[in-house]
Amino acid sequence: MKLKKYYPIVLLAGVLVLIQLLTLITGTAYYLTQLTMAAYYVVVALGLSMVMGYAGQISLGQAGFFAIGGYTTAVLTTFDLTDKISRPFFAFLDKIGLLVHKVTLYGDSIVHLSPWISFILALVLAGVVAYSIGVPVLRLKGHYLGMATMGFGIIIYRIVLGTHIFGEADGISNVPAFPILPGITIGGDFSIRIINYYTAWFFVILAMVLLLNLINSRTGRALRSLHGGEDAADAMGVNTAQYKVKVFVIGAVFAAAAGVFITHYNGGIGPSESSVAKSVRYVAIVAVGGMANLWGVLIMGLFLNFLSLRGLFGVYDDAVFGIILVIIMMFFPDGLFQPASLNRIKRILRGK
Amino acid sequence: MANDVILKVQNLDKSFGGLHAVDNVTFEVPQGLIKAVIGPNGAGKTTLFNIIAGTFAPDSGLVTLKNKKLTGLKPFQVAELGVFRTFQNLKLSSHMSVLDNVLLGRHVVGTAGFISGMLSLKKSRKEESDAREKVFEILEWLNITEIMKQEVGNLSFGKQRSVELARLLAADPEVLLLDEPAAGLNMHETDELAGLIVKIRDQGRTVLLVEHDMSLVMDISDEIVVLNFGQKIADGTAASVQNDREVIKIYLGGEDD
Repeated sequence: MKLKKYYPIVLLAGVLVLIQLLTLITGTAYYLTQLTMAAYYVVVALGLSMVMGYAGQISLGQAGFFAIGGYTTAVLTTFDLTDKISRPFFAFLDKIGLLVHKVTLYGDSIVHLSPWISFILALVLAGVVAYSIGVPVLRLKGHYLGMATMGFGIIIYRIVLGTHIFGEADGISNVPAFPILPGITIGGDFSIRIINYYTAWFFVILAMVLLLNLINSRTGRALRSLHGGEDAADAMGVNTAQYKVKVFVIGAVFAAAAGVFITHYNGGIGPSESSVAKSVRYVAIVAVGGMANLWGVLIMGLFLNFLSLRGLFGVYDDAVFGIILVIIMMFFPDGLFQPASLNRIKRILRGK
Repeated sequence: MANDVILKVQNLDKSFGGLHAVDNVTFEVPQGLIKAVIGPNGAGKTTLFNIIAGTFAPDSGLVTLKNKKLTGLKPFQVAELGVFRTFQNLKLSSHMSVLDNVLLGRHVVGTAGFISGMLSLKKSRKEESDAREKVFEILEWLNITEIMKQEVGNLSFGKQRSVELARLLAADPEVLLLDEPAAGLNMHETDELAGLIVKIRDQGRTVLLVEHDMSLVMDISDEIVVLNFGQKIADGTAASVQNDREVIKIYLGGEDD
C-alpha cells in the first residue's frame, strides 16, 4: 500500500534507462548532454511549481536564484588560493581536505575551494537571499508580486553583467568538475557522460519524491490552501506569511542547487542564465505542465528544454517560450495538464 | 446554569470613518452554551465577529479567552488558541477536494513541518493517519462521506456549508464562531443545522452565532445578545430577550417618542 505511491517514480526510472539504452543503440549518445542539462532545468521548474502552482505565489525571478547558485560555485571554485594558503584559516581548510590542489592545462598549479563547500554556501546564500526578499515581497499579491520578483531577477542580471569577479558579459569559465561521491563526478568530460545523465536524473527523482511527499503532508495541504483561499487558511490556523516565505525559500534552494550542478557540468556559467527571459521560460514550463502538477511540469520541462537545447527553436528560442506562456495564459489559465484544460482541448478537437 | 465564562468581550469599539460599527460593546459567553448575536442589518454583528477572530483590530476594548488576550493577535494565532470561525460567504479552498479541505481543519492539531513532510518521516505519517481517522469520523457524522473526493468548487451551496462546518469541527474547536450558518439553506437544511449545532454544544463546545433566521436563533440559543447601530441593547436568555421592549421595538417597529 505504502509503496504504491512510488510506482510512477519507478516507471520514470525505467523510462530513463530505456532512453539511455536507445541512445546507445542508435548511436546518438550525444543527446545525453541535452537530456542531462534538461534534467537540471526541470529541478528549477519543479521548485517553481511548488511556489507558483501549489502555493499560488508567482515568481518571475527564478533565474536569479539559479544564477546565485551557479555564480557562487563558479567564483569560489575558480578563485586561486595559492598565495593565501599560508594564512591560518586556509591552512586549516587545507588540512581538513576542503581545498583542491591541481595543475591546469597550462601547467600552473592552483588551489581552490572544494565544490562541496561552494555547493553548501550557494544553497545557504540562495536561501538567505530568498528569505530576505521574500519577507517583504510576499505581502504583495498577483501581478504586483510578479513585478517585484522580476525586479529582483533584473537586479541579479545587472549585477553579474557589471561585476568584474563575475566575468561581466563573458561569465566564468574553467569551473572544475564536482566529484560528489567516489566514482560520480559532475563534469562535462565525454567519458562520464552516462554517469552524469543518471546523476542529473537522480536529482530530479529526489526532488520529485521530496515534493510529492510534501504536497500530501500537513504542510503541503496548508500551502495548497494558500492558493485562492488565504483567508480560510488563516482562519484555520495557518501562518500564511510564514508558509509563503518558506515555500519561496524551497523554490530558491532548488533553483540554486540546479545552478550549481549545471555550472560544474558545463564548466562555466554566463549572464544569460540569470536573464528575465530565462525566468519567463521557467514560468512557461510550469504553466504548460499544469501549474500544480509536478508530473506535468517534469514531462513538459524535459520535452521543451530538450528541444530548446538541441537548437530546434533557433534564434527564436526565448520567443517560443514567450509565445507558449501567452497562449497558456489566454486559453488555459489553470495550466495545460489539468482536467479542465484537457476537456476543453477535447471539445475543440471535436469541433464544438 | 453556573457555567464559567470562556469568552469575554469588554468595551469593544470600532469605527470605519464616520460609521461607529461597534460602540462600546461588552458581553460574556459562558462555556458550553450557544450564544447568539442578533440585530438588524448593519448592527455591527459581523464586525464584532471579525474583531474576535482577529481579522480587524478594535479601536479600543478587549477580547479575552479564559483570561488570555485575543485582541492584537492575528487570525491564525486566535485559531491556535482554539477559536475558529466560519464565514458568511463561505471561504473554502475551491480547487481542493472535500477531504483535503476538512483535513486542513486538522492543521492546528499537527506539528509536522516542511522537513518532516518532505522526508515523510514517521511523525508526519502518524499525524496524517490520525488526522484522516478523525476526519472520516466527522465526514460520517455530517453525512458527506460520499462526496469526499469531489472538488469543493463543484458542490452545491448547502454541501459547501457542511464542508465548512466539517473543517471547523476537525480542528477540535473550543469556541465556534458561526457567521450566519443558515444563510442560503432551505428549511429542511436549516432544521438539520439546528440539530447539529445543539449536538456540537452537547459535546461541551461553546458556540457564538450570528444569525438572521429568528426561529433558528430562538430554538437553539441559550443566551442572546442584541445589537443595534453598534450598541448592545439587550443581553440575556432567549425568553427574556424576546420580551424586551427595546428589542421588540427594533424588530417590529415602535412608536417614536
